[in-house]
Amino acid sequence: MAKKRVVTTTINGDTHEFLCQPRQTLLETLRDVLGLTGTKEGCSNGNCGACTVHLNGRPVDSCLVLGVEVEGAEIRTIEGVACGSHLDEVQEAFLEGAALQCGICTPGFIMQTESLLDENPNPTEDEIRFYLAGNLCRCTGYDKIVRSVQCAAEKRQTANVGDH
Amino acid sequence: MAEREVTWGPRGSHTLIGKEVSRIDGVEKASGAAKYTNDMNQPGTLFARLLTCTHAKAKVTRLNVDKAKAIAGVHTVYLFKDIGENAECNYDGELVAAVAAETADIAEDGVRAIEVAYEVLPHVVDEQDLEAARAAKRLKYDDDGKEVPLVDRTVGDPDKAIADADVVHTGYYGIHTISHMCLEPHGAHCTWDESGDGPKLTARHSTQAVSTTGPQFASQFGLDASDVRVICNYIGGGFGSKFAADIWGWAAAQMSKDTGRPVRLMLDRATELKTPGTRPSGFANVTVAATKDGKITAWKSHHWGTNGPQGGTIDGNQMPYVFDPPNKHVVSQGIATDCGPNRAWRAPNHPQLCAITDTALTDLAAKLNMSPVDLYKANLDQLDDTAKENSKLYAAELDRAAELMEWEKKWHAHGKGGNGPVKRGLGVALHRWGGQSVKCSSEVRIFADGGAQASIGSQDLGTGTRTVIAMVLAETCGLPLEKVKARLGSNEYVYGNPSGGSITVGSVTGATRRAALEATGILFDKVAEKYKVDAKTLSLGDEAVWSDKKKVCSWKDACRLIGPEPITATGPSPVADGLTSKLVGGVQMADVSVDTETGVIRINRMVAVQDCGLVINEKTAKSQVYGGLIMGIAYATNEERIMDNNSGRYINADMETYKLPRIGDIGELIVEFYQPDSEYNRGVVGLGEPPVISTGAAIANAVANATGVRVPVLPMTPKRVLDALAQA
Ligand code: FES
Ligand code: FES
Repeated sequence: MAKKRVVTTTINGDTHEFLCQPRQTLLETLRDVLGLTGTKEGCSNGNCGACTVHLNGRPVDSCLVLGVEVEGAEIRTIEGVACGSHLDEVQEAFLEGAALQCGICTPGFIMQTESLLDENPNPTEDEIRFYLAGNLCRCTGYDKIVRSVQCAAEKRQTANVGDH
Repeated sequence: MAEREVTWGPRGSHTLIGKEVSRIDGVEKASGAAKYTNDMNQPGTLFARLLTCTHAKAKVTRLNVDKAKAIAGVHTVYLFKDIGENAECNYDGELVAAVAAETADIAEDGVRAIEVAYEVLPHVVDEQDLEAARAAKRLKYDDDGKEVPLVDRTVGDPDKAIADADVVHTGYYGIHTISHMCLEPHGAHCTWDESGDGPKLTARHSTQAVSTTGPQFASQFGLDASDVRVICNYIGGGFGSKFAADIWGWAAAQMSKDTGRPVRLMLDRATELKTPGTRPSGFANVTVAATKDGKITAWKSHHWGTNGPQGGTIDGNQMPYVFDPPNKHVVSQGIATDCGPNRAWRAPNHPQLCAITDTALTDLAAKLNMSPVDLYKANLDQLDDTAKENSKLYAAELDRAAELMEWEKKWHAHGKGGNGPVKRGLGVALHRWGGQSVKCSSEVRIFADGGAQASIGSQDLGTGTRTVIAMVLAETCGLPLEKVKARLGSNEYVYGNPSGGSITVGSVTGATRRAALEATGILFDKVAEKYKVDAKTLSLGDEAVWSDKKKVCSWKDACRLIGPEPITATGPSPVADGLTSKLVGGVQMADVSVDTETGVIRINRMVAVQDCGLVINEKTAKSQVYGGLIMGIAYATNEERIMDNNSGRYINADMETYKLPRIGDIGELIVEFYQPDSEYNRGVVGLGEPPVISTGAAIANAVANATGVRVPVLPMTPKRVLDALAQA
């Protein structure tokens, strides 16, 4: 068996050094080596988006990235979005907007939405649907997710206007 | 004790009940803090991977696990099959062995190192071809070997009624097998502990039945039921497939016992689709007859399908669905296939019955040049025994759905969906469901510091169970929602019913209401004594105790009278006390566009009008309907288990090719509850299942209305749409 490698990376702002097998995915590393189980596993082959995290600012399916690939990278996971139990606008909108039911797809949707709003603070409905097409939900009917993303975008814009 | 009247109180008198309340576990879910079974990785946890059969029917002839066991990091191998008596595998994906190791990758190495060989046996996986099943002798036979149907039921004289009818329609309809596809697969994290500190076995199990799976673990291992703790605080979908301890749960427990380490065994995605249950298929030849006014006079159907090796199909005793003409003849036959077994799937039988009945009725209406809404209305006086009471309700719901759909404005005759390649049409279907509450308790405690909690050995499938329990407790105690606790997800709490059949909301809220009324009655006695008021005049609200609108004391002051032993009251199972009832209807309408060049169906708008008695939480209740609609859209348009006749294998058992709708595939969904006072007054009725029932038929009918062509079998994949158009 290949030797374990030491990987140093920044996760949610903190530096982490961990050991992982060359073949272990980032998803497995986060969940089972680092105990960051907020990132969910739905399919392990890039088809459900439940495992979405940000890698150097871009959303990726962490089941398609190897743990060793993130050496020196900046990673953001769902655990880095809320401040304690204080949810951010996207999380708040999902909660208020009933965009989550069983909740197992939710971390992935939220991470993907965070990226969308970073790139495009004022997306149209079509842009939302296009950007979130890689995320699968079996419970909610999606409608509420679209509305919640719209609501989060509005809230964030209002907050930003307030900042300036 | 001050008796409190067991009612929900007058409509409009509540601060929480009936309102749109966000789920109380939303913060945990949105922040990633919620722990599902697959997230359990206590120190020392071993990870299990599975070897499954790669044939539809085979005998294991060789099974050597020595090499697997020799791999560094592999701790144990569990055998589901052996080469003795238990050698037969009956479907692709059946479990053969499990390997538990330090990491999932090492467990996978272990699985690959198992030497397994099979004697491959002939198989049948075709669920649609009745003649082939007959030739292969896969139907049901009596002791003399004569083929017999599962159901053969005649009422009245259907042949005569058909001969006498003004209009007769004959058609073929069907609906394929689907899997549950829970986003969190089945599985368990088991910890065996001989230390005597607590229960011997702790199963963190992904289950819809926290209170009833413990005994199943116990009997397998010769333990007392009290020696098994089952925990499930969060579950990523179940849809009817997660009621049992299951052989993989037992395997995880056994491997933990053998290794002295916790073991987590989750099914991989392919196995998840193949093994823990499917929804049975049904294909039918139907003849339906009516007078020229649209009164159905006769129904004849012969349907067949499979539920896997057991040789069943959808329930012939409930055919036709909802409507009950005076003359009928129903025959059903099941094919024993070498496909994965079935399990309850959200509203067992109903979506299929509806997809066969309501499609035939819409085609009958087309032949009569009638709108199907009018055809339904003409037959509301001949509903089956369960639906009978709902006839007025259906009329009202049809009207309301038509308004929301703008049916009158958009409706056009069969096949007049436009001249271009994209045709647009409308469809309607309706359903019924039981939803009666069952045996379930709730234990309410009120503490001297003002805290209040309700606990039930129940589970929250994402339906909002936790939230409705808290709402009822808070409402009854006159407290804000955030000041009460609702605990569930452990069999250490009082018995909660398994969550299936849409029975949970009535069961848990009825029991909690009764327990909370009793507990607050005890509190009233203490307040009455201390403040010299008549206990019968007391009520709660705004965190205070009131007597005839005068504040007696704050909730906190009242609770200070409790002392160190909290007030504890256990609400018995819901009884016929007006808090809950049963039987719902529901109408759905679809507006779709069909691209006749590509075969792609687009949902423009779905309308669901649903009754469910008294709505406790309008927000989570609506979510149930949205969720039903999306599952309905899925099985109507794309979702299907595809079996390969040659290899006998389930060839689309992954999330790429098992097609589920994505966020861009769903149009506008309009959900409304039908809730006049009569609904409020009948109490709480369950809701999880009904909204998934008539979606498929409504969409299929809209496609037929748009194109003038019936796409007979669901899902209406682009290929099936194009084939139907080509054959028309
Ligand atoms: S788990 Fe990574 S996309 Fe499904
Ligand atoms: S909320 Fe259950 S899968 Fe999306």
